Amino acid sequence: MLKTFKIGGVHPAENKLSAHKAVEQLPLPKTATIMVAQHIGAPSKVIVQRGDEVKVGQIIAQSAGFVSTNIHSSVSGKVMKIDTVVDSSGYKKNAIVINVVGDEWDESIDRSTELVTDTDLDAKAITDKILAAGIVGLGGATFPTHVKLSPPPGMKAEVLLINGVECEPYLTADHRLMLEKGDELMVGTKILMKALNVNRAAIGIENNKPDAIKHLKELAKKYEGIEICPLKVQYPQGGEKQLIKAVIGREVPSGALPIAVGAVVNNVGTALATYEAIIKNKPLIERIVTVTGKSVANPSNFMVRIGTPTSQLIEAAGGLPDDTAKIISGGPMMGKAVSNIEVPVTKGTSGILIIKEEEGHRKPMQNCIRCGRCVSVCPMGLEPFLLMTLSEKNTWDKSEEERVMDCIECGSCSYTCPANRPLLDHIRYGKMTVGGIIRTRK
Amino acid sequence: MSKLLTITPSPHMHQGDSVNKIMYSVIFALLPALIWSFIVFGLSAVAVTLTAVVACIVIEWVIQKFLIKGEPTIKDGTAILTGILLAMNVPASLPIWIIFIGALVAIGVGKMSFGGLGQNVFNPALVGRVFLLISFPVQMTSWPNVSKTLVDATTQATPLAIVKEGIKNGTPISDLMAEIPKYTELLMGNMSGSVGEVSAILLLVGLVYMLLKKIITWHIPFTVLGTIFVFGGILWLVNPDQFVDPVFHLLTGGAMLGAIFMATDMVTSPMSKKGQIIFSIGIGLITVSIRTWGSYPEGISFAILIMNAFTPLINNYVKPKRFGETK
Repeated sequence: MLKTFKIGGVHPAENKLSAHKAVEQLPLPKTATIMVAQHIGAPSKVIVQRGDEVKVGQIIAQSAGFVSTNIHSSVSGKVMKIDTVVDSSGYKKNAIVINVVGDEWDESIDRSTELVTDTDLDAKAITDKILAAGIVGLGGATFPTHVKLSPPPGMKAEVLLINGVECEPYLTADHRLMLEKGDELMVGTKILMKALNVNRAAIGIENNKPDAIKHLKELAKKYEGIEICPLKVQYPQGGEKQLIKAVIGREVPSGALPIAVGAVVNNVGTALATYEAIIKNKPLIERIVTVTGKSVANPSNFMVRIGTPTSQLIEAAGGLPDDTAKIISGGPMMGKAVSNIEVPVTKGTSGILIIKEEEGHRKPMQNCIRCGRCVSVCPMGLEPFLLMTLSEKNTWDKSEEERVMDCIECGSCSYTCPANRPLLDHIRYGKMTVGGIIRTRK
Repeated sequence: MSKLLTITPSPHMHQGDSVNKIMYSVIFALLPALIWSFIVFGLSAVAVTLTAVVACIVIEWVIQKFLIKGEPTIKDGTAILTGILLAMNVPASLPIWIIFIGALVAIGVGKMSFGGLGQNVFNPALVGRVFLLISFPVQMTSWPNVSKTLVDATTQATPLAIVKEGIKNGTPISDLMAEIPKYTELLMGNMSGSVGEVSAILLLVGLVYMLLKKIITWHIPFTVLGTIFVFGGILWLVNPDQFVDPVFHLLTGGAMLGAIFMATDMVTSPMSKKGQIIFSIGIGLITVSIRTWGSYPEGISFAILIMNAFTPLINNYVKPKRFGETK
C-alpha cells in the first residue's frame, strides 16, 4: 500500500502532456519585465534607476523585511523604466523593465555544469546566502525560503521534506527537473539539511512518475539520509500539510506551521535553486515552466528567465490556438487566469496552461442537492457547502468557528460539486473577510 | 492581441458529474426492480407508475412556472425520480385518481413548498406515500395477489401483515411462517406488496450499480440494513416465539427499497459520513420498533421521515473529522 494523506482528496485527469519533453532553454526576451513583488511578504525595495546598466545576477531590488527577499536581474541591458504592470493576479504592480542587450553575467557566478557535492559553509552562512540569492518556494506559493530555514525560538526541525509530488494536472516542470537535475537536487537537499541541522530528508513523489522515482532511488544510494517516498496519486498531495501527513504521518495543528510537528517542506525546484546559489553562486534568475494544454501544438518544458512575457513561451510551444478561452498561470486546480498575454514569468510561475473554449467556461449553477461530496473531498475536513452559505449570509463569527481559515484553497470542492456551485469563490471571500477581522483583533 | 480572455477564479477544471447525471443514474438503477414489477403485476403497475411520473412532472412544471415564476427545473430528473419512487411505494391496484393526489402532495407539499430541488426537508415520495396511507388506508393496503397467472383479481396480505395480525391473535410464529412464501421466494420477488417492494434481489442489483458508479456510498444502505438485522436479531434471540427472525425483516416490506433508494436520498440525509451512520441507525431502530410494537405492519417510511426531520440537527452537531484537530 502506497502512502497518501487520509482525509478527502480527488483524482482529476492527469493530462501530463509534456512529461516526455526534455527541458529546452528558451531564447532571451527582448525586454524583461521583473516584478518587484514576486513572493509572499513585503515587496522588495528597488535599488536601480532608469538608465542604469545591469548584468545577469545583479541585485535590482532588495529584501524589505524578514519575510521578503532580494530580486536579481535575469538579463543584461539597460533599465528602461520602473512602472506598474499587470501581473498574473490581475492587479497593476511595480515592475522593473529592462531592455535586453547581450547576455553578460555577473563575474561571481560559476556557469560551469560540473557537479560539486559539498560546501564548507555552516548553517547560518547557507541561510544568509539563500536570502542573498532571492530564493523562494518554487512550487507556486513563493514563500521566502530563508524564513522556512529559520525556525522560531524553541522549535526544532527534525525532518526535511522535499516536494516532488506535482499533483496539479498538466504540469511537468518538477518531473523533468527530477529526471534531468537529479544529482543537483540531491546536493541541494543535503545543503538544506545542513542549514536545518537535520539528518533525515524524504523526497515525496507520486507514483505517476515511476521514472523519476527509479532514477532518484538509484541516486539516493550515494547521498546519506535522503529517502525517496513514492506516494499514491491523489490531489492535493502537494499541499504542505497533506504531504507531511502522507510521508511522516503527522498532522500540522490548525493554524500552526509545519515546524510545529518538526517538519520543513521545500519544493524540488527550491532544492535545485539552493544548489545553484550555494555551489555556483547563481541567484534565482530562471526557472522551469511547463507550457501546455490540449489545444497546444507542442506542449513543452522551458528553462525561462524571470521576466519573460507569457506570449514568448506560448509562441515557442506552437502559438496561441484560435479557440483559446483562458490562459492559466500555474495548474488547472490552483492557477490564476491571466488577463493578458504579456504577463511576465515570475519566480512562482510553474506553468502556462491554455484552456480551450469548450472547457473554458463554468456551467450554470443549480441548487445544492446536499450530496455531501464537497465534505467528502475536502482535505482539511471542512464543510464547503456550509462555509459558502455562511459567506453568502455574512455570518463571519460562525465562519471562523467552522474554521474557514483552515481552507487551503485547493479547489477540490468546486471541482467535485455536481451542481456547479462556486464553493471556493465564496470561501475565499470568507477567508479574506475573517482574516481581516482576526487582524484587527490583535 | 485582440483576443478577449475569460477570467475566473480557480479551479479551472470540473470533474464532469452533474445533478442531472446523478438523478438519471438513480432512475437507471431502479429500472430492474421496476420492470420486474411490471412483469409481476402487469398493466396496473405500468398505469400507476406512468400516472405518478407524468403527474409529478406536470405538477412541478405548473408550480415552477406559475407560482414560483422561475425557470422550469423538470429536466434535472428529480420529478421523474419522485414519481417512480412514489409508484414503487403503493399497491399496483391503487386507483389512478388516488396516485394523482399522492403526486400532488409529494411534489406540491413535499418538495416545491420548500423551494424545490435540494430545499426539501422530507423525502417527497414518502411524504406522498404516508399522506395516502393515512387518507386512504383501505386502498393503500389492498395488495394484488402474486400468482403464477401473474394477474389475479383477489387480494392478499403482505408477509409483514400476516405476521402482525397473527401475533396479535396469539398464533405462534412457526405457524405463521408456514403461511408466507419461503425466503428464497421473498428474495426473488414472489410476495405481495407495493409495486417496488417485490424483488429484494433486483433492488440489490440497483445498489451495486449505484455503489460502482459512486453515486452513493455504502454508509447509509449498509447501516440501515445492518441495524435492522442486528436489532431484529437481538429480539429474535430473546424470544423466537414472539419475534420474527432478522432475515425475515430484511426480505419483507420496504426494507430494501427504503434502505437503498429512499434513505439514500441526498437532499434529506446528512452530509457527513458520521452523520449518515447516526441517521441510518435511527432508521433501523425505528423501523423494527414500529414493525414489532406499532400499529402498522411496516414502519420504514415513517422511520425515514422521522430521521429526515433530524437531519438538520445532525448536520449541525456532527462535524467531519477536521485536519489538525487540537483537543
